[in-house]
Amino acid sequence: MKKETDSLVIAGRTFGSRLILGTGKYETFELMKQALEASGTDMVTVAVRRVNLNDRSKESLLDHIDPKKYQLLPNTAGCYSAEEAVRTAMLAREVLDTPWVKLEVIGDERTLFPDNEGLLAATRELVREGFIVLPYLNDDLIVARRLIDAGASAVMPLAAPIGSGLGIQNFTNLQIMRELISEVPLIVDAGVGTASDATLAMELGVDGILMNTGVAGARDPVAMAEAMNFAVRAGRLAFLAGRIPKKLYATASSPDLGLIE
Amino acid sequence: MIVVINGEETELADGLFIKELVEKLGLTPARLAVEVNRKIIRKAEWDSTSLSDGDKVEIVHFVGGGLI
Repeated sequence: MKKETDSLVIAGRTFGSRLILGTGKYETFELMKQALEASGTDMVTVAVRRVNLNDRSKESLLDHIDPKKYQLLPNTAGCYSAEEAVRTAMLAREVLDTPWVKLEVIGDERTLFPDNEGLLAATRELVREGFIVLPYLNDDLIVARRLIDAGASAVMPLAAPIGSGLGIQNFTNLQIMRELISEVPLIVDAGVGTASDATLAMELGVDGILMNTGVAGARDPVAMAEAMNFAVRAGRLAFLAGRIPKKLYATASSPDLGLIE
Repeated sequence: MIVVINGEETELADGLFIKELVEKLGLTPARLAVEVNRKIIRKAEWDSTSLSDGDKVEIVHFVGGGLI
């Protein structure tokens, strides 16, 4: 696939890979590094947390991620209000000097479903502050439209609950969103469990996929990262190639003419 | 004076500057952000901003994360 002719563009920035990876849950930094490498990604999410003042021996995550190679996408994971999310995004911008933020405003601890009201309020405020906002939302067209109106640079609906690995639960919603959203990239965020989940989403025509647990939680994260690399590219190619229509009955592939008698 | 750093009460010398606090804690400044009483203190202001008794300080950095 020619990267020049088919790349993911978010807020004017071009990405060679349509896969965005999270950096959480890896057993070691080395394993994470190898997985990122194998996945072919060029954008990774990172989280903002308090420095542990009682144990400063721990290495810093940023020692292991080359910012020239990967666009760092700070997230507001764990924020339950617009205010907290905005505060976290501001702190992230202070450290990384980047206006990019993956916005999460969570509404419920058990499902980790997003809080639409908080999400909209935080998007509006962060856009006003000059951020490039990529919100995580439910697979809801209307909320997506409101977020786009508020200035979001992409919309990132979940395929299934975060970390569940269930794969796409509502194809219809995603398909409708794909057909009706063209202003910004549509990226599936959360719920991908294995390579086929990623391919199915890409075949549907979404612009990219963000995942973390599906790779980091696999028995062999590096191998799964490579599988996801292929899966996303395969799904994208199949989408561009245009699949054949489904038919109930057989159609022969070999010519009818010239059969021996 | 007593300052609350990342939720923990800490005894510090009066009028300590943020730059001095970060050094004292042995942290790498390039990868940190510091908030005092919910206001971000930019790195350029670390050597001119001093702490007062009762201040609440948050020192954050990046950790691995995807979703939550």
